[in-house]
Amino acid sequence: MAAFSAVKIPPPQFTTVRSSSQRPGSSPAHFAHSPSAFNSISFGSAKSVRSRPLFAVSSDVVSSDKTKPASSSASNPAVTREVALELYEDMVLGRAFEDMCAQMYYRGKMFGFVHLYNGQEAVSTGFIKLLNQSDKVVSTYRDHVHALSKGVPSREVMAELFGKATGCCRGQGGSMHMFSAAHNVLGGFAFIGEGIPVATGAAFSAKYHHEVLKQSKPEGLDVTLAFFGDGTCNNGQFFECLNMAQLWKLPIIFVVENNLWAIGMSHLRATSDPEIWKKGPAFGMPGVHVDGMDVLKVREVAQEAIARARRGEGPTLVECETYRFRGHSLADPDELRKPDEKAHYAARDPIIALKKYIIEHGLASESELKSIDKKIDDVVEDAVEFADSSPLPPRTQLLENVFADPKGFGIGPDGKYRCEDPLFTQGTAQV
Amino acid sequence: MASLQMAALLSAPSTPVPSDRVRVGSLRLSASSSSAARNGGALVVRSEAKVSGGGASARGLSLITHAVAEKAAAASSADSKPGHELLLFEALREGLDEEMERDPTVCVMGEDVGHYGGSYKVTKGLATKYGDLRVLDTPIAENSFTGMGIGSAMTGLRPVVEGMNMGFLLLAYNQISNNCGMLHYTSGGQFKIPIVIRGPGGVGRQLGAEHSQRLESYFQSIPGLQMVACSTPYNAKGLMKAAIRSENPVVLFEHVLLYNLKERIPDEEYVLSLEEAEMVRPGEHVTILTYSRMRYHVMQAAKTLVNKGYDPEVIDIRSLKPFDLYTIGNSIKKTHRVLIVEECMRTGGIGASLRSAIIDNFWDYLDAPILCLSSQDVPTPYAGTLENWTVVQPEQIVAAVEQLCK
Repeated sequence: MAAFSAVKIPPPQFTTVRSSSQRPGSSPAHFAHSPSAFNSISFGSAKSVRSRPLFAVSSDVVSSDKTKPASSSASNPAVTREVALELYEDMVLGRAFEDMCAQMYYRGKMFGFVHLYNGQEAVSTGFIKLLNQSDKVVSTYRDHVHALSKGVPSREVMAELFGKATGCCRGQGGSMHMFSAAHNVLGGFAFIGEGIPVATGAAFSAKYHHEVLKQSKPEGLDVTLAFFGDGTCNNGQFFECLNMAQLWKLPIIFVVENNLWAIGMSHLRATSDPEIWKKGPAFGMPGVHVDGMDVLKVREVAQEAIARARRGEGPTLVECETYRFRGHSLADPDELRKPDEKAHYAARDPIIALKKYIIEHGLASESELKSIDKKIDDVVEDAVEFADSSPLPPRTQLLENVFADPKGFGIGPDGKYRCEDPLFTQGTAQV
Repeated sequence: MASLQMAALLSAPSTPVPSDRVRVGSLRLSASSSSAARNGGALVVRSEAKVSGGGASARGLSLITHAVAEKAAAASSADSKPGHELLLFEALREGLDEEMERDPTVCVMGEDVGHYGGSYKVTKGLATKYGDLRVLDTPIAENSFTGMGIGSAMTGLRPVVEGMNMGFLLLAYNQISNNCGMLHYTSGGQFKIPIVIRGPGGVGRQLGAEHSQRLESYFQSIPGLQMVACSTPYNAKGLMKAAIRSENPVVLFEHVLLYNLKERIPDEEYVLSLEEAEMVRPGEHVTILTYSRMRYHVMQAAKTLVNKGYDPEVIDIRSLKPFDLYTIGNSIKKTHRVLIVEECMRTGGIGASLRSAIIDNFWDYLDAPILCLSSQDVPTPYAGTLENWTVVQPEQIVAAVEQLCK
């Protein structure tokens, strides 16, 4: 069943997460909408504003009622065994890596602002495991797991976090600036929203390579994924890029990781209309809301969105309802979120959910999954050892990557380019 | 305004000396420029060839006819001169066109660059030639389309992003600082950003405060960025080509009042160095460092100074970041006196940095304090008289040199 075809739409329920009359165990904000809004869902591009249908669906949100069986029957799993294990392993890697980051941080091995992804693994795995090597990922400061899912070795990410010369950015980027040219991870950005135009540019480049340079691929256009959060969806760059991406039908997918909180600012307190998926149709592109705690649902939506982009049909806005189990960063005391909200989402842990799914559908045994857990533990341990034993960047590295062409440092009083000065290469010259 | 008349009257050719470091431009002023001279309080200047009595020569004054020494080998008539004449905005376009022809990854992005041909016509005709994707008309979203330029530069393209007015790029400061300047470094050298950001800036003719900004002073601290300012059709084309070919992000500052300067430039292809300064007029007494439009105020003042017996050396620094310390240093070692004339504001401008760099490197060679003439620290007023007093005028330059050379 295609992700974008009309599925069962639960009736609207607007219970806010935080209210003075908080009922214990209340379900979170449930971004459904009136069923009458879309009886017809079609995929042509909207021509006139008046008759443009709302390209939006809400996939099944896993209810807190665990007695309800999974939407697919036990005899027809949505994915193959190989895929299921790949997804499981990727999510476990993300979780184990982030847990290790917390440990290392408190042991004084990494510093600064570290933003962990625990709980949101289904979004990263669900989307990125569908990409080719030449597709691009652009992220925010919560980027460790995006980099890992895209294929950046754990060793390189951990070494980067330790600030070592063997890190993926030679120790110069840090937690919030994971880049990998080899794996097409275009960052890692500290200011929210500033990666979205960069992603739009990468998508523009893909279209340019196809149309102007005539370098086309049989599978279609290279796709760019832009990951960002709910807080970013109130930022100008978000809207400006939605406009441009749709205007030029760029092969980009805007993936909103709506975890309801921007540090201590609740999404509902910051946003006039909290249903972010609706902002897609406002610009003429499909807006989809999906349960971001369910990797299979995310993958289903991602498949459709990526296929659209590859065919040149343009961008999609996907709002993933997700949650971070830890604070905003390791420095965040996380005092504002209610325990029952946290408990609600902890019960929807994507890894546990997938594990249950795999076992229920007989795709793998418990011991096989445990051996994957063990394997990942070894990978993460190895990454820490590698990072620990790696050298710190030497002084000579200080001025090396300021310019791609170091002639940019200019001409010195002696008539030679500054970069030819030996003090420069030693890193002891004053710029 | 005297400077505008100067700009309009500069129709004479300048044939550069073909050495690899120093380019000498020669300005042969037409006879009608004497009215500009009169306005500036300078003496009437007549062509040497017509000296036959009467006027100044009868009074026994020795007249120097040209502020800049004319090349002796200048060809006799305009028709047989090599090269072709064009206006500065056409030179920019020619450079851009040549680079787009040469390299299909070069593209243009900006507001009204395509169908409209650019607000100052720098991109006129290019959209018809290269298509709407290569000359992209963007919506009005500077931060985002500059970021888009950066993203496409990271992924194999070489975009030229136009700010319709440089002041608008203040909206793109986030992208220019964080991504354009820094991203090569934070990625550990993995991604290069071969982007060119260009547009008209500077104080125009009563354009109001927001359209009269000098962004070079705001951008200069951004590490990883190179900045150049063009001032003649010759260096405009050369710098445009160099900026496009550079692997670094380059900001190319053009000036609103200089787009209609006319000059004869070579037919052969040439690319200038981004890091080098331009020797405009060699001299002995004082080094005057300037760039962009102030170059012309300086040259106008130079005429006066020359007739008063001074011999100023005028250098157009062209590269605002980094400074060409070699050309500048050699000059200071010769003259021992420095005057900086800039259009930036006094506080935190290019002049402030240049002064600091000179003190750091050439302190021992100075015989006098470095004088710096900058624009007033005021939002540029609309009224013409107030606007004139905001920027440096030739009379002030003359007075400053006289003070320096006391």
